[in-house]
Amino acid sequence: MTTAQPVTPLNFPSERDGCPFAPPSAYERAREEEPVSQVTLFDGTPCWMITRHADVKAVLRDQRFSADIRHPGFPFINASRRALVAGQQTFIRLDDPEHARLRRMLTADFMIKKTEALRPRIQGIVDEFLDRMIENGSPADLVTAFALPIPSLVICLLLGVDYADHTFFQERSRILLNNEAAVEDVGRARDELVDYLAELADRKRRDPDDSIISRLVARGELTEREVASTGMLLLVAGHETTANMTALSTLALLREPEQLTKLRAQPALLKGAVEELLRFLSIIQTGLPRVATEDVTLGGQTIKAGDGVLCMLATANRDEDAFADADRLDVARESRRHVAFGFGVHQCLGQPLARVELQIALETLFRRLPTLRLAVPFEEIRYRDDMVVYGVHELPVAW
Amino acid sequence: MRVSVDTEMCCGSGQCVLAVPEVFDQCEEDGIVRLLDEHPDGEHHEDVRAAAAVCPAGAITVHEG
Repeated sequence: MTTAQPVTPLNFPSERDGCPFAPPSAYERAREEEPVSQVTLFDGTPCWMITRHADVKAVLRDQRFSADIRHPGFPFINASRRALVAGQQTFIRLDDPEHARLRRMLTADFMIKKTEALRPRIQGIVDEFLDRMIENGSPADLVTAFALPIPSLVICLLLGVDYADHTFFQERSRILLNNEAAVEDVGRARDELVDYLAELADRKRRDPDDSIISRLVARGELTEREVASTGMLLLVAGHETTANMTALSTLALLREPEQLTKLRAQPALLKGAVEELLRFLSIIQTGLPRVATEDVTLGGQTIKAGDGVLCMLATANRDEDAFADADRLDVARESRRHVAFGFGVHQCLGQPLARVELQIALETLFRRLPTLRLAVPFEEIRYRDDMVVYGVHELPVAW
Repeated sequence: MRVSVDTEMCCGSGQCVLAVPEVFDQCEEDGIVRLLDEHPDGEHHEDVRAAAAVCPAGAITVHEG
């Protein structure tokens, strides 16, 4: 094994500089030249960036890498992420067995059978928002009229949150996931969301129903803060990710008319097409953070105990060793080995729900609006470069 | 082919059920993997291997032969 020649560490994160659907070229170059490479974080801390598909999977499944945010050396990509250490942690920032105990209280709610059974209800929601968008007339912003409200309403129904409060939680989620927001603003957004969910948990204690929050309260195993922070995690993760995938997938398909035509002609391609869009777009753009708890040798480098690592899902999903012609969107390809939902025991809990929502939303949109097109030049679209979850700020469409 | 699952390692992602519902299911109570067929038919072998590959927790082992 040869040790890679040291190069000047890259400042992390890098900016996208080519196709808006592709990761920054600096990350892709790292994957080709030095797949386990050092980067420098905002505060000068060195950190490892893992860019290949096989290495990302290996790290995320390796118990020698901790997801516990309180562990010394845990990498933070900005000051507000670091400030969030003070406060109740959710299971995504804990290791087993604590993580497994909390996650297993929720796994049944997101199992395949449960989410498949939601299809008729989700179809109804999708049709309703699309009816309203069509009624209001062309053009429209697809994000506010369609992509954002659908997963927001669905996660509200599952959690037992009142959808009438959507402006409140959507605005605070946007601050929480904004990499450029001030530390105080991020902290306040998190506190307000947790307080809101704590109040809801208290109401469910007095007036129980079949919602996830109510059942978490009824188990009696969690403190009110634990229920509230778990609820916040599900609420934020449950709408931001799917909303951005829906809008960005629509844009990607409008940009690749041949792929869209193929998908419209062969509805059997739908499920695979959603997997391919998840792979191709990989919207979690800043990398999954872990910290080594032992020395680990990977890609010719020694990652020392206490070193931070960032697992780059987007470069992993465009690794030619895993996907041939990886930079091409191909709705007919076999892409289920993508890591868009992460990998390891922390892999996205809500992925079955996200899949069903994306399948129904995209199929319905392109079926009911055969003339759907961009209402502005492609070059004018504004991308979410400043957010944890990539996507578009708005998507003006006409039909 | 013989398949085994580790219910302690399983994190309930449901990837195996999507890949081959004839062989894998999830327990109603906790969403954890249930093996339906320890010796799946040849027609499912490729999907079972895919299920093992996509299992995020490494909870599925395939014994070939």
